[in-house]
Amino acid sequence: MTRFLMADGPVDSVALRTCLLRAEAGGFCSFEGWVRQTNDGRPVLGITYEAYAPLAVTEGQTILDEALARFDITDVVATHRSGYLRVGEIAVWIGVAAPHRDAAFRACRYVIDEIKKRVPIWKHEHYADGKAGWVACHRSE
Amino acid sequence: MPRIELEYFAQLSEATGQRTETRDTAALTAAALYDELRAQYGFVLPPGRMRVAVNAAFRPWDQELSEGDLVVFIPPVTGG
Repeated sequence: MTRFLMADGPVDSVALRTCLLRAEAGGFCSFEGWVRQTNDGRPVLGITYEAYAPLAVTEGQTILDEALARFDITDVVATHRSGYLRVGEIAVWIGVAAPHRDAAFRACRYVIDEIKKRVPIWKHEHYADGKAGWVACHRSE
Repeated sequence: MPRIELEYFAQLSEATGQRTETRDTAALTAAALYDELRAQYGFVLPPGRMRVAVNAAFRPWDQELSEGDLVVFIPPVTGG
């Protein structure tokens, strides 16, 4: 089953949540990454996300498979955007359903951390002063 | 001399001025090909900060190249 998707249009978080509903799950945890209005104190208008899609999908799927093997969860799905996003739009969405909350929280954290480390996607930020640039690398946050 | 397909992303696309390239190369490995491209295009990033994918799968730098391989050098990722 394909649990990791690359999307070139807005993320439908309601539909994604619905596909995780299970009678055996006692809780659900999600993380949304949003486009923020500043980066390093510099005003940002939007971000273009560029992806090497075939590898992004297989690496994303690998991360979700790892989460299923590592944590006591019922299911997990994730979607990452490509293309131009304005401030406030959802860039990444992760949802985890689990019998109990602890595994749901930990799996959700694992998936976003690994996506940020391993999935071939790059941010090209568009600044309010008209300039644009590739984000060099993630800070350890 | 194998003919290699290249696809460029992010900073590498900017440095080369192109998204794709077909290249006849004497480079035997992915590492040697990156050195060759770096010399031509002036890529800033050293190989230690990069990864390489061959035919849409991550591979080690000493991966040998074959005719028709699709090679993508992966700068530090910044998704999420």
